[in-house]
Amino acid sequence: MVDKKEFPNPEEFKKEILEKYPTKVARKRAKSMVPVSEEGTAPLIQANVRTVPGIITQRGCSYAGCKGVVLGPTRDIINITHGPIGCGFYSWLTRRNQTKPETPEAENYMAYCFSTDMQEENIVFGGEKKLREAIQEAYDMFHPKAISVFATCPVGLIGDDIHAIAAQMKEKFGDCNVFAFSCEGYKGVSQSAGHHIANNQIFKHVVGNDDTVKEGTYKINMLGEYNIGGDAFEIERILDKCGITLISTFSGNSSIDHFANSHTADLNTVMCHRSINYMADMMETKFGIPWIKVNFIGAEASAKSLRKIAAYFEDKKLMKRVEEVIREELPAVEEVIAQIKPKTEGKLAMLFVGGSRAHHYQELFTEIGMETVSAGYEFGHRDDYEGREVLPTIKLDADTRNIEELKVEPDPERYNPRKSEKQLEKLAKEHDLEFSGYQGMSRMMKKNAMIIDDISQWETEKWIEYYKPAVFCAGIKEKYAVQKMGVPLKQLHSYDYGGPYAGFKGAINFYKDIERITTTKVWDLISPPWDYSNGIKADLVSNG
Amino acid sequence: MLLRHTLTEVKERKALTINPAKTCQPIGAMYAALGIHGCLPHSHGSQGCCAYHRSALTRHYKEPVMAATSSFTEGSSVFGGQSNLIQAINNIFTIYEPDVIAVHTTCLSETIGDDVDQIVAKAIDDGKVPEGKFVIHASTPSYQGSHVTGYANMLKGIVKAFSKSSDINRAQLNIIPGWVEPSDMREIKRLANMMGVKFVMFPDTSDVLDAPQTGKHVMYPAGGTTIPELQTTGDSAHTLALGEWCTKAAAQDLDRSCKVSYDILDVPIGIKATDRYIMALAKHGKADVPELVTAERGRVVDIITDMEQYLHGKTVALWGDPDMLIPLTEFLVDVGMKPKYIVSGTPGKQFKLKLDAILKDAVPDAKIANGPQADMYLMHQWIKNEKVDLLIGNTYGKYIARDEDIPFMRMGFPILDRVGHSYFPTVGYTGAMRILEKILGLFMDRQDRDAPEEKFELVM
Repeated sequence: MVDKKEFPNPEEFKKEILEKYPTKVARKRAKSMVPVSEEGTAPLIQANVRTVPGIITQRGCSYAGCKGVVLGPTRDIINITHGPIGCGFYSWLTRRNQTKPETPEAENYMAYCFSTDMQEENIVFGGEKKLREAIQEAYDMFHPKAISVFATCPVGLIGDDIHAIAAQMKEKFGDCNVFAFSCEGYKGVSQSAGHHIANNQIFKHVVGNDDTVKEGTYKINMLGEYNIGGDAFEIERILDKCGITLISTFSGNSSIDHFANSHTADLNTVMCHRSINYMADMMETKFGIPWIKVNFIGAEASAKSLRKIAAYFEDKKLMKRVEEVIREELPAVEEVIAQIKPKTEGKLAMLFVGGSRAHHYQELFTEIGMETVSAGYEFGHRDDYEGREVLPTIKLDADTRNIEELKVEPDPERYNPRKSEKQLEKLAKEHDLEFSGYQGMSRMMKKNAMIIDDISQWETEKWIEYYKPAVFCAGIKEKYAVQKMGVPLKQLHSYDYGGPYAGFKGAINFYKDIERITTTKVWDLISPPWDYSNGIKADLVSNG
Repeated sequence: MLLRHTLTEVKERKALTINPAKTCQPIGAMYAALGIHGCLPHSHGSQGCCAYHRSALTRHYKEPVMAATSSFTEGSSVFGGQSNLIQAINNIFTIYEPDVIAVHTTCLSETIGDDVDQIVAKAIDDGKVPEGKFVIHASTPSYQGSHVTGYANMLKGIVKAFSKSSDINRAQLNIIPGWVEPSDMREIKRLANMMGVKFVMFPDTSDVLDAPQTGKHVMYPAGGTTIPELQTTGDSAHTLALGEWCTKAAAQDLDRSCKVSYDILDVPIGIKATDRYIMALAKHGKADVPELVTAERGRVVDIITDMEQYLHGKTVALWGDPDMLIPLTEFLVDVGMKPKYIVSGTPGKQFKLKLDAILKDAVPDAKIANGPQADMYLMHQWIKNEKVDLLIGNTYGKYIARDEDIPFMRMGFPILDRVGHSYFPTVGYTGAMRILEKILGLFMDRQDRDAPEEKFELVM
């Protein structure tokens, strides 16, 4: 067991792991595996680069990031996958995005999977006709307010012009927004490319379509929160209690109507920086809405995020209300921590997941006294590790350059800077508010903690052998291999079908789940009684 | 309502599939390859394919599903995937050390026209395939057929790579199971062993996707057909291929290349299909049926005759793969039930013909659809027009079951929300008992739930 007070220097073991690789692979992987040399600093890490072919990776594709992650949670868009049946099938309800339509009749297509189910003749002669027919059939049957089209790998290769078809159908219908995403699976190096593509198209085709100003004094958007296991419901509860009006969430428990209206908010709060920072930047440029990084994973983090929002609005009443809410919510949290912490304190966690979760969930572990000895993202970029200040120094490779970067200008009529430069500076100084900033994961980690980007199956098994953590956090593909090693795996994509884990109530759920999985006796059942000692075995043999 | 937009009025669709009753070829190839001992499946395409297939299989089996990918980028999509695949082969043999890499293609690599045969030959020439190790492959374009076709194609790849005829005549049968659970594979073997028949079964996912918890993870679990076993299949006396859609092509190839004759049988689901399997084992394995097998059969029949009143006339909607649906329909008819709606996304003309033959007297008005736009949305529409008493199919049926308040038995792929399918078979006589137990339990639970207090029964 690794001493929690002082993590061992992992460089030697890293060498042992790399020895298994062919030389070129070892050289490449070495740059994506770096320990924290000094607490509070962020080492240079290689991230958002291609996975080496043949390496068993956690990563998925651009389509998964676009259709699955960003657009999946929105209930009232008919999402048509244009391609062979698989991609639509695999992204059908599997991400656990919960949604609660306003009424029992309101549009909700979440439980449906729509696909053009391309056949060989569509690949040979083109799939445009079939796509057009499919959009028409969806419109005729359901009369939705929006239809979107997602390209799968072959679509880009055969050259179907999905954007032209979407534009034509939109014009033809008149009362249905139709738009498309060129999110072919081979774009970029991971899901991350798909996030960017999703951000671009939603920004272009939806954001700003409805100028209705909703009631509310403190109006914000929540960006990069996908309502896995009901996280968004808990965040909505807390914001509502504080009197903060949530105009739109991108995209947990969301409606396309919320997106259309989101430019009327006065602050963008960013949860998952990786998947949605593009939207925050573009909305700031076009509409003048500043953004701050928040984190509602962890009770302390939630309290801190609420205080940041209140500080931004510079309103005593709101600040007071936020403090009241925190005072009301925290005792229940602290009570559970007091019960659980003695059992979890000093235990080690490893987190390899997502583009923000490997960072955010460290807060929850810290609250119950656990240490994150090693962590990394599946599809993060350097800025998610090292902070946004490294952005200008990141070299754009071909894979990134192939993803469209929208040129955004201030809207001639609607650009309205919510705060002046001076106000922003003052807020930054007096309330420690960082605008358009993110510090990244690495500098919150301890000395010698091992940071690993795009961890492979081989590395996963070796680092588990080395650290023997009490819990390993990743996803479904990793779960049962890790558990076969006798180490519980907590899924941080699906929450193992539990949750919510966000906000105050979510924190309590998480502490209890971690207490359960790190103290359960079920693992003791693995060894059969005849395997306990050689003595017993010998007995059995001699008696037999 | 979860499926609140489903319309009652059925209109023909030409282009839009809604709630598919199938998925794509490569996942079937991956599953079949996992039934070879020491094999790492490899997906030649974008990373997402591999991630999706592994996730779906893992959610279904609750077991590690290891597979690698060529990790295509935009560049490889333009210039071809040769260098990705050769690099992958080298890396896999170096790092993960399998005995076999089973490459399957994807819609991406098929559309760009990668020639995997040629690429593998080059990898061998370049010395990337160590002595005694194998790279086999299957062409599995996602835009043809379904996951079932992918399974069939990987079996063809296995035969092509390993089945050779020598001068030795082996007194053994080849048994090729269609896409069934590890538990079913185990049961198919158990019956053959009870019959005292020598056989090689491939693929065999038992002890791979139902591996015991030992506190140790191994990349290649104990199960799976071994390469030496596979290498004898060309010398076997006969092949029993269970499930036309999944296994016919491989059985034909074995006949063509090694002159091993074959029977195409149904997957042994239900009494009659199991009877046919036993009879074929007896005939081609030159064995008598032991009393123990007869007794197993008798126990199933006993349950049916005892409980017939609860089954008689009950209507069923079922969806899934042809190889499961055809013998299952036969079994349901045999016990007095009425399969009313049957849907499969998997194409094939034989589907309707076979089902019509089974249903022509018992349920002449049954609705049957397969192929394009034969989906769960259509099935739901039929149900909205006229309800049934029971649903049988994969987990996605739970949305219809809840909205329409219909008892639901999970069977098929994928089952994402229950355990048991990988441990308890639905094939063979014991499998038939399990199907009956489940169906009866559902009907009786429903009766218990809905009965007025004065009509609540103690004994049923």
